Amino acid sequence: MADLTFRVNGSEKKVSVSPQTPLLWVLRDTLELTGTKFGCGAGLCGACTVHVDGSPVRSCSTPVEQVQGKSVTTIEGLGANGLHALQQAWIAEEVPQCGYCQTGQIMTAAALLAKTPNPTDDQITQAMNGNLCRCGTYERIRKAVHRAAGNGGAR
Amino acid sequence: MSPLSRREFVAAGVAAGAGLVIGFYLPHGSQSGKKGFSPNAYLRITPDNKVTIVVARSEMGQGVRTALPMILAEELEADWKQIEIEQAGASTLYGDQTTGGSASIRTTWDPMRKAGAAAREMLITAAALTWGVPRGGCTAESGAIKHAASNRSLTYGELAEKAATLPIPTDVTLKQSKDYKIVGQRLPRVDSPSKVKGEAVFGIDFRMPGMKFSVLSRCPTIGGNVSSFDDQESKKISGVSYVGKIGDSAVAVVADSVWGAMEGRRVLNVSWNDGPNKDLNTAAVMASLKQGTSKKGASLYSTGDAAKTSGRRISTEYELPFMAHAPMEPGNCTAHFQGTKCELWAPTQVPQDCRDSVAPAIGLDPDQVKVNVTLMGGGFGRRLEHDYAVEAALVSKAIAAPVKVIWTREDDMRFSTYRPASLHQLSAVLDGAGFPAALTHRIIAPSISGQKGQPTPGGVDPDLPDEAGPVYPLANYSIEYVMTETPVPLGWMRSVYALQAAFALESFIDELATAAGKDPLQYRLHLLAKDQDLPYFTTTWHSARMRGVLQLAAEKAAWDKPLPAGRHRGIACFGCFASYMAEVVEITMENDQPRVHRVVAAVDCGQVVNPSILEQQIQGGIIYGLANALRAKITIDKGRIVQGNFDDYAPLRMEETPAVEVFAVPSAEAPTGIGEPSVPPLAPALCNAIYSATKKRIRSLPILG
Repeated sequence: MADLTFRVNGSEKKVSVSPQTPLLWVLRDTLELTGTKFGCGAGLCGACTVHVDGSPVRSCSTPVEQVQGKSVTTIEGLGANGLHALQQAWIAEEVPQCGYCQTGQIMTAAALLAKTPNPTDDQITQAMNGNLCRCGTYERIRKAVHRAAGNGGAR
Repeated sequence: MSPLSRREFVAAGVAAGAGLVIGFYLPHGSQSGKKGFSPNAYLRITPDNKVTIVVARSEMGQGVRTALPMILAEELEADWKQIEIEQAGASTLYGDQTTGGSASIRTTWDPMRKAGAAAREMLITAAALTWGVPRGGCTAESGAIKHAASNRSLTYGELAEKAATLPIPTDVTLKQSKDYKIVGQRLPRVDSPSKVKGEAVFGIDFRMPGMKFSVLSRCPTIGGNVSSFDDQESKKISGVSYVGKIGDSAVAVVADSVWGAMEGRRVLNVSWNDGPNKDLNTAAVMASLKQGTSKKGASLYSTGDAAKTSGRRISTEYELPFMAHAPMEPGNCTAHFQGTKCELWAPTQVPQDCRDSVAPAIGLDPDQVKVNVTLMGGGFGRRLEHDYAVEAALVSKAIAAPVKVIWTREDDMRFSTYRPASLHQLSAVLDGAGFPAALTHRIIAPSISGQKGQPTPGGVDPDLPDEAGPVYPLANYSIEYVMTETPVPLGWMRSVYALQAAFALESFIDELATAAGKDPLQYRLHLLAKDQDLPYFTTTWHSARMRGVLQLAAEKAAWDKPLPAGRHRGIACFGCFASYMAEVVEITMENDQPRVHRVVAAVDCGQVVNPSILEQQIQGGIIYGLANALRAKITIDKGRIVQGNFDDYAPLRMEETPAVEVFAVPSAEAPTGIGEPSVPPLAPALCNAIYSATKKRIRSLPILG
């Protein structure tokens, strides 16, 4: 067990867990932020995507000790002042079916728009290709990313 | 105790449709003591003008929490903005709540409409009595009753208490489709905002005070069990509080966090009795199908005498592997056993089956088990099982505390119930013009229901009637089913046997068109040219409607215009779950592999309830079907499932996703299934496109081996 300190969605959090615990389970079980999802446990599906210091990471494969002193953003903290442009676009384009993978999709897309405010189709594909969706919502995801970019990208 | 099979339920629901609503009425005085108006189990209107519609099917992404209330709200003349949705758990009030067989809308269309219409009529009467005016001068509109002559209006909330005192009409007039204001609209799904905010509570997200977490170590060999286990190392893991056998073939590790339970399982020492299947492999399974080729089958469909026709004969075989559903949310269930009762929070397509299988497992009666239905991160049929619920209840009983059992992705892949592998023998005799004077289709496959001990009357799996229909009205046509056996666990996976049946039939029809030197679209249209009804078990198929979807897909895909150089296309059609579907697939070949650029889909599913959800379901089914066709294959070695995660069982990714265009034939017929019918035509349409590109015929899935 170790005492670790890091920021989550702008607030400092102290947790006492095994340092090898994947960030995913600390977020879900210790901090009760269940918007970040468990899909594969192996970095293969992207459902667990969060931002660490602004970069998208697979929280299922990130030992929590690696985020010590860093800043983590989850879906719950993405739109600090209301809905993020991507969340609005996701609703407008009616993207979610089962919705399980969508928070990870949105986090990946948010990292893309932060770096590339007006992505091309190819850039969207390249960024989003690691996020799986069994409901097959990819076309609407693409449209929603374009729509959010049209709004000026990330808020 | 033994629930109706999924298929019996669909048949019963359709047949009993008109009478169902009566059985659902709550008796007067049983309205939970709440002030307000609840003329049936689907609807509650309270004086604060809240209109609550209860959804008695499970939401797994297919949109029932939006679409079913739209149907009731339409007849109620409700203001859609004031509707609140409530999810029903397992109940005796709603008939069979199984969510499968693309049946939610088609089996609740009548009950939901009648529930709304009855309430509307009672609210009109309540207003007329309140004002002392004739009923005929009162109209229902946007959640209020209006009296035009005196320009008065009362909201449903204001009328709720009065309406609750009135008799419930047994015979109500339903609206004409031309007057629909809600049904047929692209209304936004009610669940989108919570899903994009991360607030939606899926089964895996449900939390309760004092709850523990558990993962199970299950015998990796099919049919094996636990020989012994040593929990010494597991109990050294921080937070692990319990290790114990659950049933014969699993050991549960319980901890105060999911990770603790996973770590405890990682170091657990279990030795297994491999049991009778320790030498089973995929080759042996396929050999057992091959043995079925010499057996006589049960007749599913028969016209004329296919055996007696003579002429140019073409015969071939098609083969399909086992496949896994792999929904994004792995299996899980939360249970709280409390001596004389047990409560479950289950992401399940079968709340009533969960109740009925959990109860005997923990020594309770079904009415002592309460099942709450959570959102599901995909279902695709995997959650028609109830293994996860029984496990959670057993663990909760063992530790006398609430517990959430979670499956990992590897658990989901290796302990699933798989789409049956199958073999198909197709044979045709061509007439002088190259059209089939006779056609036989022999389906050789293990029975899902048979393996589960459910009835298989006449040697027929009860799913086949909805999923292996004839499509073409031929004079001499025979469809047979040879039931085989396998120890590999079987389950109902999106479109069930229709995927196999359509791949075989629609690939074969293409082979016949090629042999006849005819265009594959024109060949099919010729076979469907005569308007004819094809009665087949519970559905009567109409050749005109099948022709309609083929023509629509072909028109939208510009089938009669040449494609750019390097592009090729294929077409296929099929009918299942009472809906008609045609798809045109456009590809290029890159390094001997197909790349799908565009799919044009046409559907005839009767009245469309919500076009946006329809489009989602068709697009989703096509993406699912494409993943199935390209790579989905579960194999067995030494009695164990080989695949474990999304690396060796890979769903489709964005880079492989084609543009999918969806068109619906305008129709006011009663709505039919939409969750599954778009899956089956994809594989044959794609393989027909590959033939067009390469002159190589693919007779075995998956395409990429």
